[in-house]
Amino acid sequence: MSIDSAGTVVTQFFTFAEEEPFGLESGESLGPVTLAYETYGTLNSDRSNGILVCHALSGSAHAAGWLDGDPDKPGWWEDCIGPGKAFDTDRFFVLCSNVIGSCYGSTGPASIDPKTGKPYGLNFPVVTVGDMVRAQVRLLNHLGIDRLLCVAGGSMGGMQVLEWAAHHPTRTRAAIPIATTAHHSPMLIAFSEVGRQAIYADPAWHQGAYYDQTQKPDAGLALARMIGHITYLSEESMQLKFGRRLQGIEKYGYEFETEFEVESYLKYNGLKFTRRFDANSYLYVTKAMDYFDLKQPTGSLAATFAGAADLKFLVISFTSDWLYPSYHSKQLVSALTAANVDVTYLDVKSSWGHDAFLLEVETMTHLLGSFLDRLVREEQIAVPAPLGRSQRGGSTPLQSTRLADNLA
Amino acid sequence: MKTPPPSPPAAPLRPDLSAIADLVETGWRVLDLGCGDGALLEFLRDRKAVRGRGIELSEKGMLACVRRGLSVRQGNLQEGLADYPDQSFDAVILSQTLPFLDDPAMVLNEMLRVGRTAIVSFSNWGHWRCRLELLFTGRIPIAVDLPQQWHESPRRQLFSVTDFARFCRQIDIRIDRQVYMNHGIQIRTGRFKNLLSTTAVFTLRRSN
Repeated sequence: MSIDSAGTVVTQFFTFAEEEPFGLESGESLGPVTLAYETYGTLNSDRSNGILVCHALSGSAHAAGWLDGDPDKPGWWEDCIGPGKAFDTDRFFVLCSNVIGSCYGSTGPASIDPKTGKPYGLNFPVVTVGDMVRAQVRLLNHLGIDRLLCVAGGSMGGMQVLEWAAHHPTRTRAAIPIATTAHHSPMLIAFSEVGRQAIYADPAWHQGAYYDQTQKPDAGLALARMIGHITYLSEESMQLKFGRRLQGIEKYGYEFETEFEVESYLKYNGLKFTRRFDANSYLYVTKAMDYFDLKQPTGSLAATFAGAADLKFLVISFTSDWLYPSYHSKQLVSALTAANVDVTYLDVKSSWGHDAFLLEVETMTHLLGSFLDRLVREEQIAVPAPLGRSQRGGSTPLQSTRLADNLA
Repeated sequence: MKTPPPSPPAAPLRPDLSAIADLVETGWRVLDLGCGDGALLEFLRDRKAVRGRGIELSEKGMLACVRRGLSVRQGNLQEGLADYPDQSFDAVILSQTLPFLDDPAMVLNEMLRVGRTAIVSFSNWGHWRCRLELLFTGRIPIAVDLPQQWHESPRRQLFSVTDFARFCRQIDIRIDRQVYMNHGIQIRTGRFKNLLSTTAVFTLRRSN
């Protein structure tokens, strides 16, 4: 791990809705609700340098640094969050929380239902991206942050960003939706459903009540993840990454063992995923994405963003992303332009497909860094000037700042 | 704690951009179509407190604009213009791009829909050197301020100051202010605008 890591971090927890349950878009309610979150950097005195980063389908609150001091557990956006990086933790207070419905410490289907004393399973109410974001609003209230500097995220994280801008526009100064869409397309719903069907079809799923079983629906979850991985790549990136190369053998075996590198990659990632993710959470989080449609209720995206005229947007898409194709971002940019919103948009040339948002580090660092510099200047945010690498020196200067320190 | 210093002093602007900047008033809202590396928008922001937006096709230009802290959209300007509400800018700028447009009437009309005024700069193929070049060498002239061979740039239309003025009349556009330049220097042309200028910079308005 490089010296420019955010250093040792710990996941923290915030619980709310202990008395009054948290109302959901579906009309159901949930309580108590716990959110797992991590923070990096220091909140400034007027609490104006907060940046919320939102994770994608399978992400967690662990966006950067060494979890529990372990350098083998880097954050999911390690390349962009840390001292001197795009989200410069020498200057900004970066915050990431696990979405509700997920399985990394926030309340989800694997959590204990206080009514029964057992895991919720399918008794967990269906949540939406709107619900995820309203839970984050509660966390911000708890942390005493009235207005963020910006909200940023890719894929499902980008949907949360758009939800913030559309429905909580006074709580942030800027929005950075990356490789995302303002309304989930039928193709995206189709891929979600195929993944869910893989889980339903696993006999070990038991209608979601598998938590006390020795066998979990790993085969179904692994298959869902393999399908997902195909959609995160592109034809070109598969050519580059795997070609037709064979894995561990010299020539075709004419049998049904894993032979090609691409097969091995998918199988490995499918299996790896079952060790870290919960099958029911996969169902709930994909369902939340399927319901995401900011064109509603009026049918007009521009109307949805009418309240966001004071926000500054940086919208980024990637040319080879066929899961969230660039035209989704272009439609969003058109709607924002029509709503008189200040929007910067770039369709980054990349061959890495949807994964590009985590891989095109140099371009992303340039775009995010320059955009944040502009925000600091135009919004007159009190943050230290960026340190050059030489000024930072070779030592490991940063300790992760616990929120408690800032709020004391 | 200090905010970072503003960008370093801008390099001198290309002469036609400098002439355009002179036509823009302090505090205007400006849209720059095909804004390139953002030099003009940065200049207008820093010197004239302009609230600027840009549209640029190239990734290289886009990244340069973002580095300057500008608000710029990537895209084709003909598509991009359609998104802006009526009269949302004081001026819409189009510098050295007119010869490359598929549908100049549409773009000029759109510019005057989203902007109160339009400011254009273009190379003049009516300049006396162009005329003599065709006459004596039989070669299609290269515009003095756009020195690319015919095969080095995208397809373009060759036109003169006189052609453009006639075209504006046809599509009910009034030329409000006129600046003529010869090799980057503003000149007084008297009656011989088309003969003596290598580049023209016009502010356009809708004829009433």
